Amino acid sequence: MKIAWAIVRRDLVLAYRQGGGIGTAIGFFLVVVTLLPLGLGPDIALLSRIAPGALWIALLLSVLLSVDRVLQPDHEDGSLEQMLLAPMPLELTVICKSFAHWLTTGVPLALTAPLFGLLLNLAPEAALPLILSTLIGSPALSFLGVLGASLTLDIRRGGLLISLLILPLYVPVLIFGVSASSSSGAGLTLLGPSLLILLALSLAALVLCPLAAAAAIRAHYR
Amino acid sequence: MNGDGTMAQPLRLVAEGLVCERGGRRVFEGVDFAVASRESLLLTGPNGTGKTSLLRIVASLIAPAGGSLRLDGADDALTIGQRCHYVGHANAIKTALSVEENIAFWGAFMGAAPAGGALDAFGLAPHAGVPAGLLSAGQRRRLALSRLAAVARPLWLLDEPTVGLDTASQAALVDLMSAHVAVGGMIIATSHVDIGFSFNHSLKLGGERAP
Repeated sequence: MKIAWAIVRRDLVLAYRQGGGIGTAIGFFLVVVTLLPLGLGPDIALLSRIAPGALWIALLLSVLLSVDRVLQPDHEDGSLEQMLLAPMPLELTVICKSFAHWLTTGVPLALTAPLFGLLLNLAPEAALPLILSTLIGSPALSFLGVLGASLTLDIRRGGLLISLLILPLYVPVLIFGVSASSSSGAGLTLLGPSLLILLALSLAALVLCPLAAAAAIRAHYR
Repeated sequence: MNGDGTMAQPLRLVAEGLVCERGGRRVFEGVDFAVASRESLLLTGPNGTGKTSLLRIVASLIAPAGGSLRLDGADDALTIGQRCHYVGHANAIKTALSVEENIAFWGAFMGAAPAGGALDAFGLAPHAGVPAGLLSAGQRRRLALSRLAAVARPLWLLDEPTVGLDTASQAALVDLMSAHVAVGGMIIATSHVDIGFSFNHSLKLGGERAP
């Protein structure tokens, strides 16, 4: 547990100090959300209708943008091979790193999403479901993203390839995320089936992605 | 390993007929060696003969294409990789963290009690609060080597440990290595230069090629 905390804290400190972390992800999120109304025109009713979907897509892209930061720097400076020699299984290390990524990307983006939703004329009553669904769904995005990062360790500037690999896997999260944020806005219960499926997706990603990512990292060094 | 830094169990690392293939090319084959506690092994040989690969095989970072590697005398479930320090070409230093934070992280991560004296081993204590990004190449090397002092592990794998080190740090490294062997540790190192440490064994790789 102490080891796990050591690595989470290190990644949080690095994300805070190095820049390119929280600020960049939120900035990118803001820019995408700002560009949408410019592209679609000032149709307030239309914007309001597509707001949850647009925010979710912006969230996916922001997470993808930052996910190659999780493993690539550690691979380049040799930290990752030291982590292979640690007493903690690599799978747990990957979980910790993914969790730190979620804390520095998923959580701040989820909390700011309703604020940026104002730009898209997001209905005020949709704010809470949006926060809830993005908070519950974004762990799946981080874990899947780290899996993509582990597969592209060797490729410098592999961000584009990660997107290509991982975006299809984001589809279920996107579908149920949007459904959870808009259906509950329409007066249904907050904890509807979509939200539960979203939670299931996150939990499944928590279990499966670190296994796959650790296997990919080991295979990479072999 | 006991709390006082001595190794409880006498260990013996035995390699038999190791074969290494990298990218379809056979780098070496039929490599045998044995290193026991209180012993050290120097790997020599021209560039590209597999010295680093051999160290990485021992650290179980890469798999050998053949042969066997075993550690006799170990009575717990730790793997060889979890018992060794591998100091390779990459220093595993985060430039955004301070010197002290770097060593404290590896201490915590490798599962050791924080050792206050780790930075003293290579004279980095005065720079404890400095971001590692501001260190010179030699100082970064010293920081990487400080891991050896921060976490007690029986087997040290040192790949060209003296690159970039000044004479005082080289002497500090030799002192550290001597102390490690004296308490029952094992060292396998590669070096092209004489680092002033007397190794018990040496192994020449790529011997068939004329120097």
